[in-house]
This record gives sequence, structure tokens and C-alpha cells, in this order.
Amino acid sequence: MTAASAPAPVTEAPPDPVPVPAALKRAARRRRSVPYLLLLAGVVWLLVFFVAPMVYQASTSVQTGSLDTGFKVTWHFATYWDALTEYWPHFVRSLVYSGIATVLCLAIGYPLAYTIAFRAGRWRNVVLVLVIAPFFTSFLIRTLAWETILADQSPLVSFLNDIHVLDATTWLGLTEGHRVMATPLAVVCGLTYNFLPFMILPLYTSLERVDGRLHEASGDLYATPFTTFRKVTFPLSMPGVVAGTLLTFIPASGDYINAELLGSTNQKMIGNVIQSQFLRVLDYPTAAALSFILMAAILAIVTLYIRRAGTEELV
Amino acid sequence: MRPIRWMRRNLVVIAGVLTLVYLILPNLVVLLFSFNKPKGRFNYTWNTFSTDAWQHPCGVADMCGSLTLSLKIAVYATIGATVLGTLTAFALARYRFRGRAATNMLIFLPMAMPEVVMGASLGTLFLNMRIQFGFWTILIAHIMFCLSFVVTAVKARVMSMDPRLEQAAQDLYASPLQTFLRITLPLAAPGIAAGALLSFALSFDDYIITSFNAGSTVTFPMFVWGSAQRGTPVQVNVIGTAMFAIAVLLVLGGQLIGGRRKAKA
Amino acid sequence: MTTPSTSPEAAGDAVRLTGISKTYGSFTAVHPLDLAVPAGSFFALLGASGCGKTTTLRMIAGLEDPSSGSVRLGGRDVTALPPYKRPVNTVFQNYALFPHLDIYENVAFGLRRRGIKSVKQQVGDMLDLVQLGPLARRRPHQLSGGQQQRVAVARALINKPQVLLLDEPLGALDLKLRRQMQLELKRIQTEVGITFVHVTHDQEEAMTMADTVAVMNAGRVEQMGAPADLYENPGSTFVANFLGTSNLIAAEVTGVHGDELHLVSAGQKLTLPAARCRADVATGDKVLAGVRPEKITLAHRDDEDAIPAGRNRVQGRIVDSSFIGVSTQYVIDSPVCPDLEVFVPNVERDGRLVPGAPVVLHWNPEHTFGLDAAQDIEAGIDTDDEPDAGGAAA
Repeated sequence: MTAASAPAPVTEAPPDPVPVPAALKRAARRRRSVPYLLLLAGVVWLLVFFVAPMVYQASTSVQTGSLDTGFKVTWHFATYWDALTEYWPHFVRSLVYSGIATVLCLAIGYPLAYTIAFRAGRWRNVVLVLVIAPFFTSFLIRTLAWETILADQSPLVSFLNDIHVLDATTWLGLTEGHRVMATPLAVVCGLTYNFLPFMILPLYTSLERVDGRLHEASGDLYATPFTTFRKVTFPLSMPGVVAGTLLTFIPASGDYINAELLGSTNQKMIGNVIQSQFLRVLDYPTAAALSFILMAAILAIVTLYIRRAGTEELV
Repeated sequence: MRPIRWMRRNLVVIAGVLTLVYLILPNLVVLLFSFNKPKGRFNYTWNTFSTDAWQHPCGVADMCGSLTLSLKIAVYATIGATVLGTLTAFALARYRFRGRAATNMLIFLPMAMPEVVMGASLGTLFLNMRIQFGFWTILIAHIMFCLSFVVTAVKARVMSMDPRLEQAAQDLYASPLQTFLRITLPLAAPGIAAGALLSFALSFDDYIITSFNAGSTVTFPMFVWGSAQRGTPVQVNVIGTAMFAIAVLLVLGGQLIGGRRKAKA
Repeated sequence: MTTPSTSPEAAGDAVRLTGISKTYGSFTAVHPLDLAVPAGSFFALLGASGCGKTTTLRMIAGLEDPSSGSVRLGGRDVTALPPYKRPVNTVFQNYALFPHLDIYENVAFGLRRRGIKSVKQQVGDMLDLVQLGPLARRRPHQLSGGQQQRVAVARALINKPQVLLLDEPLGALDLKLRRQMQLELKRIQTEVGITFVHVTHDQEEAMTMADTVAVMNAGRVEQMGAPADLYENPGSTFVANFLGTSNLIAAEVTGVHGDELHLVSAGQKLTLPAARCRADVATGDKVLAGVRPEKITLAHRDDEDAIPAGRNRVQGRIVDSSFIGVSTQYVIDSPVCPDLEVFVPNVERDGRLVPGAPVVLHWNPEHTFGLDAAQDIEAGIDTDDEPDAGGAAA
């Protein structure tokens, strides 16, 4: 029996472990409180100015009264029912318009995001800037520009009339009488335009992470370019698709600027109703009830959608 | 056959460029009509070329005042949201703690909430607390909705950073504060800058939430909205174009400097 | 860097770990262990991924708090000190060079943090030591893997730490560069005289560079000693298999004759020096007889008569042979073990030694070692190929 001639002995520790110094425990405790200190300001801000108003809004929705006599909580749930029966066309319109706009955003945003991620080369940053830059021209100004573009005598509308595209859209119920302004088409077109960057940026972010060599590998394994897209690229960009559709659909469904500027009274969305109830009619319970119905509708749709899309990671 | 094959190969790029045209078209119209001399009050149809508006950008009553106010709010909101958001992002990206999932949800919700709902709720609260609407209520609202975007941008950056870099700094005698200032902050800077830029753009551009919390105070988007009913002055197009140009130049300039520094090093 | 900061004699042990352990929830990464690293030595912690070696290193650096036990550096208890107050520096896996600082500032970082104003001379000298002087103003991403590795070493060494900790420092380099850097690190260590504690999963690297190697397995130190000593006298099947290759033969003790143990395995008689047996055995007990592949001579069965008497012999048949230049490696099917390995140097090659040929393996009984038969005979096989992606730290 020879022991290895080690310069220092190696033995198992004695049965009672050497205790850790108290200073180390104190330091560990201090470290545990660090995240809470970092969070404090931001979370308090959101709790006070985001969560508290929501809770308050919930109580407002079951109040009754008037501006003169003051509002009191009376658990008057009928407000919800009244709001729903009176404004259900606006709800349906909001969800349909924003749904169509979201699909359009995905359809036309994906090629651009794909181009930036894989085909733009040294133009990548320039194109990216051009996608973000319109943000800096007030979106109201840009929406007003659409009024010019879609005005009855504008070159674009005349052209669409000449090639009878507007006859087709009229047949589909999207336009009326050879004009685009003050029709559903104009509102959807404006919504699509306004929320397009919110679709493109998340798409780009997730496409950028896709390794270009995967395309080669897929091609090497007998996939056509289209199959490669369907089986490899698109599934890998799913997080971007989900984030992009949510960031488009949700704000679009509450939007009222496009309907106000590009539509007529027949295209009013639920946002218009909430805005006018709150700022003009001053019927706060109805405005609050409408807000909560909208949120509930969105929540239901989004939950279903995320289930279907099969991804729990948001953003 | 050549052009057809070229078309097929570059179908995606062609579609992408068309989308880009769709995105930029309104800005081109804004630019074009900033040189218009409209016949009536409405600047919708082309009349004659004129540089009047560019020579007198503040020639419209109240417009430049509202622009200054919007810029001021955007700067303050950006600073506030960036500081709060960066701290929050660090906590979420670097620590495991109880309530982390709930905090993530709290950060996500404002981004997933229709603006009209957020604006109306906060407005109701201010109204009932009898808080005077104005500069401060707008600023509070803007910090609130910008915060989440900063957190998201910074968090993504910090999570992609190698935690060993900070450990290496500590191993090389840097105290926690020095580590933060010398290593963490410079490395997180691109994410923070992106968040700040986004905050500035969102705040400067916001109309919906502002309209519920402004009272009689008029920001630039609110001025545009108000004037849209009466007929927008050409100067609005001048401001819109100038902001667009400044943004593009700033970002491209930053890219150029960054690129040159990289090449030199 | 001509005078080392600590002289080996004065300090005694550079690092002394007492009962140190680390648990994550119910998982024990490091079992309570005692370890002493002599000052001035090149010490290697060797083990497969997840064996706790990186965790041990990080506890010395202060990057991980021990669950129990204490860390002493040069006699001073530093267990409660944060990393930035400990006189040790680390060369990280993948180097962890600061991407936003150039090479010069990376190397100067530690000096500046300690408030040293004039760093120019020292940084210059250090960059010369690692032969990177002309690249001082480059950024880390503009350097090759080998150059980055040297920056990481320079950045740590410039602080003249009491102990330099190296966490898989050569893991990201290709084989040829790794060989070169092994020699270079060894040269630097000799030159500066600082204690190096080197964590690696590569047994060749540990044996080439270190004076002392501690082999870790599943959170415990299996055996510690000089490389040659560990190789020749493995104390467990894990060490025998993990460090190089061993042929382990399950055998039974038939008798003790003076300082020799007589064994039998599948009818073949073997002799084992009693002094080289790690297990307390008596006649009738089981034992594992081990022999290294390069100690074995291979003879064709026709030449059996020419083998001198007194050597251990095993009959077999060649299953496979692979020519690797400096030697030929044979796999032999024998009654004692189905896959005995034999390395034959390519001096005079016997054309009859092809797969299928009947052979006799023979070796000097002195080269046989004995291990406790209660162990897993396969322990430590094929574990050194796994990538060690910081798994030990997680």
C-alpha cells in the first residue's frame, strides 16, 4: 500500500462543517435586496399611474350620477349592458378593421423585414432608419398626408378609378361611389400604415437571429426556397410574428385617429366612442365600461391567439 | 427569360421595397406640400410652389410654442423613462427574485393596452384627485407609457451581455460601483440609447394619451389635430419634414461616427 | 516582472481550502474538501465537466460564496472578502475581455482600479512579456483566439496576484495553438514565479503543465500528486481511466509470496507487486490488475517461446489495429478482457500483426498496479471528450 506522494494531504472534511462567516451571510442578504431597490421607482410609477387608474376606472364603470350631482358607486352593471347594446357595431367594426390591418401589416411587413435581415447587405442600417424615421414626423401629420393622397381628385384615386380597381372594392363593400376617402378602405389603409413599424421591428429582430446557414442547410437537404421558408424561416420567426401581431392589433383596435380623419360617421370605431363619451359627453361610467369591454374582448382574442400560436414568450 | 428569372429571385426584395415606398410615401407628400402655397385654408391640393413656409416656420400663431412644449416634455419624459426603465431592466435581467414574473407582466401590460383606455383611465384619476391638468400630468403620463419600451430595449441588451465581464472587472479590483460605471453601463449603452430614442419619438408623437391628460395645454400633436379641423397651415409640413430630416441625419451621423471609430480601432 | 511578489518559502501554502463546499438547492456541486496549493507551484484541478472544479476555482476568486468552509490565501482568511478585495486574479474561460476597451486599457484595468496613475511602463512591459506590444490599440474582437488568450493572461498577471486562477484558459483554441500556449504559459509561470491554479478537463494539458494535479470527480478530489506519479500509480479506476488509458483486468488473488501477489484471471496467471496494490487483499479476494497500453509488448503466437520467463502473459487475438504515425494501437480480444489496448511504437513493424492474428501480450510484472475490485471498472472512461461549457459553475 503506497499512498500517492502528494505534496499536501487531501482528506475529506471533518464531519462538522466549518461555518460560513457572518459577514458573508450579511453580504448575501444585502445582495438579495438589490433587485427590489432597482425595481422600486419604476414599479411604483406603474402601480400609481397605470394600475391604480385601471382599478379606479373599474369602479367608475359601476357608478351612476351626473357631473352636477357627482358620481357614486352603485354597482350599476346595467351600464355595461347598455353600452354593449348601443355600441356593438363599433366594437365589431374595431375588431374587424384592426384584424384586417394586422393581417395586411404581416403580409406586407414580412417581405421588408426579411429583406432587411437577409438581403439588404450594407443598406441594412439605412433601411432600418427609414422604417423608424417616420415616427419623428408626427403621425397626425402623416395621416393628414394620406388625406391628400386619397383625396377624390388625387392622381392615385384617379388611377385606381381608371383601371376599375375601385369598382371591385365597391363590390366588396370596401369603398363607395368611386372614392376612397370616408370609406372602410381608407381607414384600414391608414391603420395598416400607422402600425406597420410595430410589425416590422419585432419581425426583423427575430429574423435577424436566424442563422443564414440554416437556409443553405435546408437547401442542401432538398428543400425548395419556398419550402425552406415554410419549414425553417417562418417557424423560427414565430416569436416576432406573435409580438408584431400583438403590438399591431391591440393598439389598432383602440385607435380613433384614422377613423376620425380618414373615415366618415359610418366608419367610427370604439375608440371614437370612448373618446367622445369621455371628453365631450362627459359620461364617465359609460366611457369606463366601454374601455373594460374592449379590454375584455382584446384579452379573449389575444389569449386564444397565443394558445394557437403556441408560444408563451411575449416580446 | 433573364428579367423573369431576376424577378423571381428578387421577389422578396421587390415586395420589401414596395412596402418601404408605402412607409415613406406620406413623408414625401408632407415634404412636397411644405412648398405649396394653398389656395384656401386647406393644404390638400397643389397650387403653386413657394418657400414662404420654410422662411417663416413660426409664422403661425401658437404653433412654435406648442412645438417647444412638446420638445420639452419629450426630453423630460425621455430622461425619466430611461432612468426608471434602465434600473428596472437591470433588476429583471440580472436577478432572480420573488415577483419577477409579476413585474414582467406589469411591464408588458402598458404596451398591450389600447392608448385610449390608458389615457382615459389616467385622466379619470387625475380628474377625481382634483389634480390640475397641464405640463405635469402630461409628463407623468408620458413617462408611464414610455417606461415599458425602455425596459424592453435595455433588458434585451443586458440579457445578451456576458455576466463574466462584470465578474472579470470585480476580479480586477473594481468595486461594484466602478464595475457598473466602467463596464456595465458602457456595454448596455446601445440598448439604453435605443430605449431613449424610442421614448423621445413616442412622447413627441403622442396625441391620444395626451389629449386625455392635457387640459387646456396644447402640445404640437394637439395643435396639429386642432388645426386639422380648421385647415392645417403649411408650416406644419415644414416642422414634420424638418423633424424627419433631423432624425435621419442624427441616426446616420451616429452610424458613421460609430463605423469610423470601429474602423480606426 | 523579474522579481516575483512572493517568495515560495516565505508564504508556505498559497491557497488553503478548509472544509469548503458548495450546494445549489439539493445539488451538491462541491463536497466539503480540504486542499492546499504550495506557493510557487503550477497546480491543476483536473476533471470532467460538472465535477465541481470550476466552482472550486470561483470560490477561491470570491465569485461564488461557499456554503461552508473557509478560503485562506497566504495564511489570511479571505472567505468574507468580495472578489475585488482578494489578491487573486482570474483568466476566464473565453477570456471575458472588455469589448469596449482596447488591449492597452484591458491590461491597465486592474492597475487603474487600484489607483495607480502611471501605468504606461508596466503595461508596456506586460504586453512585451506576452508578445503583444504592437497590438496595444486594437480591440479584443480584432485579435485571434491565441492573442486574446494572451491578453487575458497579461490583464491578470500585471496585478502581480498572490495566485493566478486559470479557468479552462485554452479550451477555445485549436489543438496546435493549445500545445504552443501550454508551453508559453509554463514559461511565463517559471518567469514570474506566481502560483498558478489551473482548471482543465484535458488530462494531457494538466500533465504537461502542472507540478501537481488534483483529479476531481463528482465534487470530490479523487487523487492528488505529481503528474507522473498519478499516471503510474492511479489510486482508483476513475483516475486510471481518466488519466490516459488503462487496461483493467478482473482477477482473483491465489496467494501471497513475499512482496508479490499471485493472481489468476480466466486461467491466466499474473503477478502483481504487493507494494503497488491499492486494496487490502488476502488469498481468495478479488482485485483489479491494471497495466498501461504502452507497457505491453505484442508478440505473434509463433514467437511465444522467445518471451523471457517471469513476465506477465495474456493470450489473445487482434481485433483491430490503427496506425497513428508514432505508434500503432491494437485492440486485442482476450479471455481476461474483451478489449485490451496495446500501443506498439513503430520501430520494427511485424507484418504478421494484422486483425485476426493470434498473439501473446507480455509485460514486466513491475508495471502492474492493483485496484480495489469494488469500484466501477468503467469509471472515468469517455468523460474527457465532453465540452466543458461552464457546466461546473451552473
